[in-house]
Amino acid sequence: MGAGRLGVPMERHGRAADTSSSSAGEPAPEGPDGRRRELLRRRASSASEPPVGASASAEGVRRSRPGSYSGAPSASRQRVESLRKKRQLFPWFGLDIGGTLVKLVYFEPKDITAEEEEEEVESLKSIRKYLTSNVAYGSTGIRDVHLELKDLTLCGRKGNLHFIRFPTHDMPAFIQMGRDKNFSSLHTVFCATGGGAYKFEKDFLTIGDLQLCKLDELDCLVKGILYIDSVGFNGRSQCYYFENPADAEKCQKLPFDLKNPYPLLLVNIGSGVSILAVYSKDNYKRVTGTSLGGGTFFGLCCLLTGCTTFEEALEMASRGDSTKVDKLVRDIYGGDYERFGLPGWAVASSFGNMMSKEKREAVSKEDLARATLITITNNIGSIARMCALNENINQVVFVGNFLRINTIAMRLLAYALDYWSKGQLKALFSEHEVSRLLSCNNVTDKKACNPHRIGTK
Amino acid sequence: MAECGASGSGSSGDSLDKSITLPPDEIFRNLENAKRFAIDIGGSLTKLAYYSTVQHKVARVRSFDYSGKDTEQDHEPPYEVSVQEEVTARLHFVKFENTYIEACLDFIKDHLVSTETKVIQATGGGAYRFKDLIEEKLQLRVDKEDVMTCLIKGCNFVLKNIPHEAFVYQKDSDPEFRFQTNHPNIFPYLLVNIGSGVSIVKVETEDRFEWIGGSSIGGGTFWGLGALLTKTKKFDELLHLASKGQHRNVDMLVQDIYGGAHQTLGLGGSLIASSFGKSAMADREFSKEDMAKSLLHMISNDIGQLACLYARLHALDRVYFGGFFIRGHPVTMRTITYSINFFSKGEVQALFLRHEGYLGAIGAFLKGAEQDNPNQYSWGENYAGSSGLMSSSPELCPTQRARSGTFDLLEMDRLERPLVNLPLLLDPSSYVPDTVDLTDDAPARKYWLTCFEEALDGVVKRAVASQPGSADAAERAEKFRQKYWGKLQTLRHQPFAYGTLTVRSLLDTREHCLNEFNFPDPYSKVKQKENGVALKCFPRVIRCLDALGWEERQLALVKGLLAGNVFDWGAKAVSDVLESDPQFGFEEAKMKLQERPWLVDSYSKWLQRLKGPPHKCALIFADNSGIDVILGVFPFVRELLSRGTEVILACNSGPALNDVTYCESLIVAERIAAMDPVVHSALREERLLLTQTGSSSPCLDLSRLDKGLAVLVRERGADLVVIEGMGRAVHTNYHAALRCESLKLAVIKNSWLAERLGGRLFSVIFKYEVPAE
Repeated sequence: MGAGRLGVPMERHGRAADTSSSSAGEPAPEGPDGRRRELLRRRASSASEPPVGASASAEGVRRSRPGSYSGAPSASRQRVESLRKKRQLFPWFGLDIGGTLVKLVYFEPKDITAEEEEEEVESLKSIRKYLTSNVAYGSTGIRDVHLELKDLTLCGRKGNLHFIRFPTHDMPAFIQMGRDKNFSSLHTVFCATGGGAYKFEKDFLTIGDLQLCKLDELDCLVKGILYIDSVGFNGRSQCYYFENPADAEKCQKLPFDLKNPYPLLLVNIGSGVSILAVYSKDNYKRVTGTSLGGGTFFGLCCLLTGCTTFEEALEMASRGDSTKVDKLVRDIYGGDYERFGLPGWAVASSFGNMMSKEKREAVSKEDLARATLITITNNIGSIARMCALNENINQVVFVGNFLRINTIAMRLLAYALDYWSKGQLKALFSEHEVSRLLSCNNVTDKKACNPHRIGTK
Repeated sequence: MAECGASGSGSSGDSLDKSITLPPDEIFRNLENAKRFAIDIGGSLTKLAYYSTVQHKVARVRSFDYSGKDTEQDHEPPYEVSVQEEVTARLHFVKFENTYIEACLDFIKDHLVSTETKVIQATGGGAYRFKDLIEEKLQLRVDKEDVMTCLIKGCNFVLKNIPHEAFVYQKDSDPEFRFQTNHPNIFPYLLVNIGSGVSIVKVETEDRFEWIGGSSIGGGTFWGLGALLTKTKKFDELLHLASKGQHRNVDMLVQDIYGGAHQTLGLGGSLIASSFGKSAMADREFSKEDMAKSLLHMISNDIGQLACLYARLHALDRVYFGGFFIRGHPVTMRTITYSINFFSKGEVQALFLRHEGYLGAIGAFLKGAEQDNPNQYSWGENYAGSSGLMSSSPELCPTQRARSGTFDLLEMDRLERPLVNLPLLLDPSSYVPDTVDLTDDAPARKYWLTCFEEALDGVVKRAVASQPGSADAAERAEKFRQKYWGKLQTLRHQPFAYGTLTVRSLLDTREHCLNEFNFPDPYSKVKQKENGVALKCFPRVIRCLDALGWEERQLALVKGLLAGNVFDWGAKAVSDVLESDPQFGFEEAKMKLQERPWLVDSYSKWLQRLKGPPHKCALIFADNSGIDVILGVFPFVRELLSRGTEVILACNSGPALNDVTYCESLIVAERIAAMDPVVHSALREERLLLTQTGSSSPCLDLSRLDKGLAVLVRERGADLVVIEGMGRAVHTNYHAALRCESLKLAVIKNSWLAERLGGRLFSVIFKYEVPAE
C-alpha cells in the first residue's frame, strides 16, 4: 500500500540523556507478545463480511488532502505545536507502514558543521552510525544500498538518502526499540504514511511517547511520482520502460523522460493494488484497486512452496515454468483460437492444469511460484489496461514494492500492456519506490504538518 | 496473459460408471421418435439435446351436419367431440454427470428405433475427449461446433422463449432468486462465461457477437489452486469447503492495515486489501475451509471487477453470467453479485439464467437444425417434463446428489404459431402479467399450494370421467396425480424452481401434466353440454335484453357478463356447486352476485363513456364455455356491434379447464349467427372476428400472444380491451397498463382471495380504465 514520507526535522525536546536513562530500566506496559496477541484478538472479533480490495471504490472523489494529526495528549502535542517555529533538527526520518512491509527513509546529512557535531547528542550520533554502517538490522531489517541517493539537497541540506525496509509484523518491536532507545527525547514527531500510520498511531504514542504526523498516502504517492523526475537517480533518469520485453535477448531497459506527465495512470502495487488517475499535481482520483497484489503473490507462494521471504519466492519463480501449471489456449484448441483472435500461448486458465491429479503431481515448487507470479501480474496488467481505457489515459506508471527486483513482472506488464492494447498503452516504471521519496517534496510544505489542522479535522 | 478465457473445462480424470440403470420413462423420453442429436460435454457434466415428435391426443370439435336432423336438434349436443392423435414437436435436454456418458450412449443406441440422423453436433471441452466413443456407440459422425457460438445461440434462445429465464440473486431475501420478466429486446447484452477461464462476450444481435475480453482467473483457477491448497480434488467439495470458511483468517483486510476503515477513501474495514495477505506473515496453519473461502472471494471479486470494467467501457448494464463456475451454486452467485454491486455501485446488474447449463447444448442443437428454422417458432417450457432450477444443486439437495445419477431435464414444446406482445401494452418492457408473486408472498403461496393440492382429487376424477371408454384412464390419471403432486411438493420447498411462482404457473403446470398423460381436454364433454344448454337460452336472454331501456340494458349486459363468469369449473367453490346442483342457473347466478357498489366499481364511468362516441374496435378475451361466453359475452358483443364497434373475440388456442377454445368459439358463433341477424351480418361482414390467443392457459400473458391476433389488433385499430374472468383479469393483468381503454371484470369465486381484496365470496371486480393522456 502506502507511500512514505521523510520526516520533518523536529525540535529537540528535553535532555536525551535524562530520558534515556530513565526509560532504560522501565518495564514495558505490555511485552511485544502480549501486544500482538491483543491485536489478533481485535482482528478476530471484528465481524467482517467479505469482499474486495482495499482497492475499490472512492471513485470520482478528487482529493488534495495533506497530512493530519489526530488529537494527542499534552506533552507530545505541545512539541508538535512548537514545531513550526523552530529550526528543523535531525534526525530526518520518514516511515511508510504498509500491510506487509515498513519502508523507512533516513536522510544522512553530509554537511554537518563542527558546531552541529558538537551539539549532537550521543543517541543521535549512534543512530546515524548504526544506520549508515550496517546493511542489515536485526533479523529482518534491510538497507537497500543500491537505491541510496547520494548528494541530495533537501531543505537546504546536503546528504544521502537511505532506504531501509522491514516486515510490518515487526512493528511492535520497532516501537519498543523506539521506546528503549528513547527516540522521543530527540525526535518527537515521526512523519508516517501508509495504513500502519493509522493502525499503530496509538502504540507509538502510548508505548514510545512518539507523536506521528500522518500523511495521506495517495498524496505522497502522486507528488512522489512527479517529484522523482526532478531529482533523478544519481544522475540518471528515474523513469524507464522496456523495449522488446518479451525477448530475453533483445529486451532493453531504456530511460523515459516524463516531460508530459498528465494524464497519468498510477498503479501502486503493494500488498494490494491501488490505481489512481492523475490529471495534475493536485487533481487525482482513486479509480479502483484490487486485492490481488504483492501480498497475494507472496502469500500464495508461502502456502504453495513453503518459501519464507519475498526474495526467495521471486528466485523460485525465476527458475520455474508456468506453462506446466497454467492451461494455455493451445492446450484447449491445439493452437490459436482464431474465432476470437486469441494466440495459442495466451493463458486460458491460470492454474487450470492443476485440476488434474497427474499434472499436480508433475509440477515443481518453482513452477508454482512462477505461475503465481504470472497470474497476479497479468491480472494487474489487465485491470490497469481496462482502467486506462475507461479513463482515456495512455501512459501507465507501475510502482510499489511488488516490483522491487521483480524484472519478470515488469517485463510481463510491459509486454501485456503493449500486446493487448495493440501498442496504444505504454508501461513505465520507476527506479525508486517513489512513494518514499515524494515526501521530500512536502518537507518544505509546512502546511503538511500544520498542527492547526487538528481543529479542523 | 490474463486476457484470454476459454470455456473448455478441465477433465477431472473421472472413470466411467456403467453400472447404473436408467429409468427410461423419466429420462430419455420419446427416444424412439428422436431425430437430430447434439451434445455438450463439459468438464464434469454432459448435456444431450434431441428433437422428437410427440403423439398427443387432442380433443376436436366438429359441427354436426344438421340437414334433415333439425327436429332432433333440441335433444342433441350442439357439436361433436372427438379425440384425435396430433403430432407436436418437442425439444428434450438431459443433463448428467460425465461418468454416465457411456451408459447413456448405450441406452440411446438400444432405444433409438429409427432415425435418419447421420450427424451429431458436439461442443464443449470434452467433445474431443469423447469423440471416438460417441461415433462408435451411436454410429453418428461427430461435428464439432464452436463453443462460444453455441453458448450465445443458446443464450439468445432461452432469453427469447422462456419467461422468467433470467434472475438476480439476492443474498438475504427469501427466496434469494428474483426473476426478471423478459425484455422485448434482449440485445445488447454482455455474457460472462466462467469456465476454466473467463470469456467476456458482447452480444449485439442474433448473429453478431464479439469477444471483448476475458481473464485467465476463472473456475479452473479455483479448482486447480484450490486442489493444491486444500488437497481437495472435487470442485463441488471445494465449494462446500468455501461455504464453511472464514476468509478473514487468510486475507489481509483494510482494518488489518489501517486498524479500522479508511475514512478518506471510504473503504470499509472489512474489505479485502490483499487476498491471501495474511498467509505470508503467519507461521501458522490455515484451515482448508478458510483458504477455499478466500480463494472463492478472490476469484469472484476479480471476475466481477473485470465484468464491470468491460460493461462500463461498452456502456452495457445487463450482464449474464454462465459457466461451470456458476452452475447454480448459491455461493458463487452470491459472491459474484456482491462483487458486481460493489464495483459498479449498483449500475450493473448481475443476471443468472435458469437454464445456464443447457446453453451450449441448445446452441449446438440449433446449429444443426438450421434447416428446420427453429428460431422461426416460439417455444414454451414444458413444466411437466422439466426439472426445476437447482434440481441437482449439492447445497440444496445433498441427499439427491449423493444418489447415483442425478439427471436434470428440460423439455420445450414447439408452439404452432409465433407469439408476440400485444401491441396495446403501454410498456412491454415493464409488463408483468401476474398480480401476485407467490415466490415473494409466503402466506399466499401456502394458501394456493394447499388449494391446488385439495383440488387434485377432483381433477383426477374429472380426468377419468372424461374418458369413459379408455381402459387405462384410471392408471394414467393416477400417474398424473403423482406427477402434479410431486411438482407441488417441489414448489413448496423451492418456490423458485420454475421461475416466479404464480397462480398462473400452478395452473399451467397442471395443464402440462394432464397433457403429459393424455388428458388433453377433461372438460370437453362438460363444455359441450353447457354450450348446448346455453345456446338454447340465448334467444330468450336476447329478447329480455332488447326489451329493456338503453341504460337498464347496459347494466343488465354487464351483470350478464359477470353472472356468466360465475360458471367456472376452475374455481373450487363453483365446481362444488355445479357438481351437486347442475340446475344452478343463470338467473340464480345473478342472484349470487354482489349488489352495487361492487368491490371495485367504475361502472358509472363506463356508462358515461358509452354515452359518448362508439369505440372503433374492441378486443375481448373470453373466459369460460357455456353460459359465460354464450349468455354473457355474446350479448355484450352484440351490443357493441350495434353501436358500430367492431369486435375481435379472442379465445384460447388449446383447452384449459372449461375455458372456451377457439374451435369451440367458431361453432358457437356459427350457431348464434343462425339465431341472431346482428351477429350473422357482423360475421359475414367481418365486423366480428374470431381469433386465437396462442395460449392454452386459464390465465393470460399479454406478452405472449398469437402473432395473428397482434396483426388484427393493429389493422383494426383496437381502442378497447375487455378482459374477463379471475384467471385473466385478477390473477393476471389486474395491474396491466394499456395504451387504450380497458375493462377488467371478474367475480371473485374464492373466499380467501375475496377476503384478501377486502370483499366476500362472489364479490365483483369492475375495473374500467382510461390511459392518462
